[in-house]
Amino acid sequence: MSEWNIELGWKLRNDMVRIRRFEEKAGQMYGLRKIGGFCHLYNGQEAVAVGFSSTVDHERDYVLTGYRDHGHALAAGMEPDAIMAELFGKVTGVSRGKGGSMHLFDPARGFLGGNGIVGAQIPVAVGVAFAQKHRKSGGATVVFFGDGAIHQGAFHEALNLAKIWSLPVVLVCENNQWGMGTNWKRVSAVDDFSLMASAYGVRGEQVDGMDVLAVKDAATRALDDARAGRPVLIEARTYRYKGHSMSDPQKYRTRDEVDEYRKQDPIYLLEEKMKAAGAWDEERALAQDDAADTMAADAVAFAESSPEPALHTMYEDIYSQDPFFMGRRDGIHAMPSRNPATGRA
Amino acid sequence: MAIMSYREALNRAMDEEMEHDASVVLMGEEVAEYDGAYKVSRGLLEKFGTERVLDTPITELGFTGLGVGAAIAGMRPIVEWMTHNFALLALDQVVNEAAKLRHMSGGRLSVPIVFRGPNGPAEYLSSQHSQALASYWVHVPGLKVVAPSNPADAYGLLKSAIRDDDPVVVLESEMLYSDKGEVPDEETLVPIGKAAIARAGTDVTIVAFGRPVKYALEAAALLEKRGVSAEVIDLRSLRPLDEGTIMESVARTGRAVVVDESWPAASVGAYVAHRIAVERFDSLDAPVEFVSSEDVPMPYNHALELAVQPSAGKIVAAALRALYLEE
Ligand SMILES: Cc1ncc(C[n+]2csc(CCOP(=O)(O)OP(=O)(O)O)c2C)c(N)n1
Repeated sequence: MSEWNIELGWKLRNDMVRIRRFEEKAGQMYGLRKIGGFCHLYNGQEAVAVGFSSTVDHERDYVLTGYRDHGHALAAGMEPDAIMAELFGKVTGVSRGKGGSMHLFDPARGFLGGNGIVGAQIPVAVGVAFAQKHRKSGGATVVFFGDGAIHQGAFHEALNLAKIWSLPVVLVCENNQWGMGTNWKRVSAVDDFSLMASAYGVRGEQVDGMDVLAVKDAATRALDDARAGRPVLIEARTYRYKGHSMSDPQKYRTRDEVDEYRKQDPIYLLEEKMKAAGAWDEERALAQDDAADTMAADAVAFAESSPEPALHTMYEDIYSQDPFFMGRRDGIHAMPSRNPATGRA
Repeated sequence: MAIMSYREALNRAMDEEMEHDASVVLMGEEVAEYDGAYKVSRGLLEKFGTERVLDTPITELGFTGLGVGAAIAGMRPIVEWMTHNFALLALDQVVNEAAKLRHMSGGRLSVPIVFRGPNGPAEYLSSQHSQALASYWVHVPGLKVVAPSNPADAYGLLKSAIRDDDPVVVLESEMLYSDKGEVPDEETLVPIGKAAIARAGTDVTIVAFGRPVKYALEAAALLEKRGVSAEVIDLRSLRPLDEGTIMESVARTGRAVVVDESWPAASVGAYVAHRIAVERFDSLDAPVEFVSSEDVPMPYNHALELAVQPSAGKIVAAALRALYLEE
C-alpha cells in the first residue's frame, strides 16, 4: 500500500459515506414517489468512484459514466442539492429537470454524464481524450461502464481508436457481477476483462474494486500512463447491493450472495485498515456519518422546496440558439433561452 | 373470449408459434432466465429450453445481425429489443441487411424474422429512453411494420408476423403491457396490412396507431358528449398501410385528425395526413389536423413529459378545429 496516510484514509471514508447515505436517501425518496422512472443506485461500488476521483485532477481531467451516475457525480464534487433536485425533476436540478437520475452533468467540474445507452459513453470519452490531446491540455479522461457494456461494439471500436491514436484515456469496467439479471459469466467469453486489453495492445489491469486504496493506486498508475499517451483498461471487481434499478425484484440472486459481498464492504474494509494502523477515532467516524446524513437530508429539503420547471422550458436546451420552431406555437409560448452554461477552457 | 393482458397476449402468440414451428427461436437481452425485462417471455425458457430461448449479451448490433443470418439460413427468429431506443444500435442490420437481402439477391433470399419490443414514451425516463421511432422502420421498403394497440391485435398480429416470410418490426408499448382486453379462445391471425375501425362515427375521422388509439377513443367519447360523432381508425399495420379503410372513412366524414406520438417531422402521421390531403382533396371540408408530440426531446420532469405528448384533450381540440367548432 503506497503513500497513504491517515488523513487520506479519513477523506476517502468521508467521500464513500457521503455517497452511501445519499443513495440510501434517494432510495427512500423513490419509495415515496418523489423520484420516478429508472433510478440505479451505486451502493457497494463506492470505492471505485472514490478511488478514482481522489487521483483525478478535476481541473483538467474529464469523467464520463453510464446511468448509474450519482456516486460518480458526487465524487466529482457536484452539489448534492442540485443532484437531488434533478432526481426530483426540479428546475434547480443539474440538468434543469430535463435529465433525471440517469443524466447528471457538470461540465465545469469535468463531469460529462450520465449516459442511458449501455456502452455509448465509451467512444464519446475517447473523443474527449482526442480533444485533450489535440489541444495539449495535459488532461486525461476516465470512463466508467459495466460488465454488460464491455461486450458492445462501441467498447471494442473505441479501445482500438484510443490505441492507434495514443489517446489519454482510462477505460474502467466496473464489474459488479450483474448486468440487470444476467450474471457476467453467462455472457462473457473471458473470465477476466483485463485480458481484453491485450487484443488491442493496451495495458490491462484487474483491481479489487472493494478496496479503495487499491483502486486509488491502480488509478494513479493508469492516469500516468494515459497522460503519456498510453490508454489503459482497468477491470474493477465490485458488487452492487441494490437491484439493477429500483424496480428490480432481484429473483436472480440469493440474499446470501449479497451478504457475502457485504462482508467485503468498501467502507468497512477501509475502516479495518484504519483500525489496524491504529488510526481509528470512533467520534470522528460518527461525525462523518452525521454530516453525511445532514447532507442527504438537506439535499431532499432543497429538492422538495424547489420549483418545477415551467412548461415553456420544454423548448429550451435543444439548439445553441432558439429552435427554429419557436414562435409558431399557439399553446405554449416559448421564452428566450437562458445563457448557456459556462464551458471550460 | 378470454380476458388477458397485452403482455400475456404477446406471450401466447410466441408460445403457440414456437409450438407449431421448431424453427422459431427467441433471443434478446433478459428474455430467458429473467422472463424478459417486461416479462413478455415469461415461462418460455422453461417450456422450450435454452436452445430456443436465448439470453444474449448487451450487443444489439450483433444479435440482431445474427438473427438476420439465421433467418436466411432456415430459421424464424424472434429478436426482442429491450426497447426500440436500443434498436438504434442495430439499425444497420435491419435497414441494410434484413430489408435488402431479398431485393439484392434478385428474390432468392427470404428473411423471415420478427423484431419486437416496446416503442414510444414511457414515464420519467428523459430523452434517450422515451422515443417513438415508428418512422425509422416505416421509411424502409423491404420491412413490414405493425403497431398493436390492444391485446387481441397484439396476439393476432404477432402470430402473423412470425409466420410472415418478410422481416416484420413490431412496435409494442411499455405503457400497454398491463392493459387487459378480450382475446379469442381459438387460434386467430390478424392480417398484416388491414386497419380496424375501432369506433364507428359520422362527423370526423380520427386516425391513430399504437398507444394513442386509447387517447383517440377517449377523445371520441368526450366528443360524443358534445354531439360530435367521431370515427376512430386504428391503423394496426403501418407498412403496408391500409389506405382503403382510411380513405373510405374520410370520404364519409369529410374531416380528418391524424394522431402520432412521435415527433412531427418526417413521421408516419405526417405521411398519412399527406395521403389524405392528396386522395381526399375533393371531400375534405377542413384541412387535415395533425396531433403529434412536441418537436422536442423528452424531458424527465413529469408535467413536461405529459405536456409533450398527444392527449385526449389535444385530439378533441383538433377535431373541434376541423369541425369549425372551436370555442
Ligand atoms: C444499448 C442499450 N441496451 C440495453 C439497455 C438496457 N439496459 C440498461 S442497463 C442494462 C444492464 C447493464 O449492465 P452493466 O453494463 O453490467 O452495468 P450495471 O447496470 O451493472 O452498472 C441494460 C441491459 C440500454 N440502456 N442500452
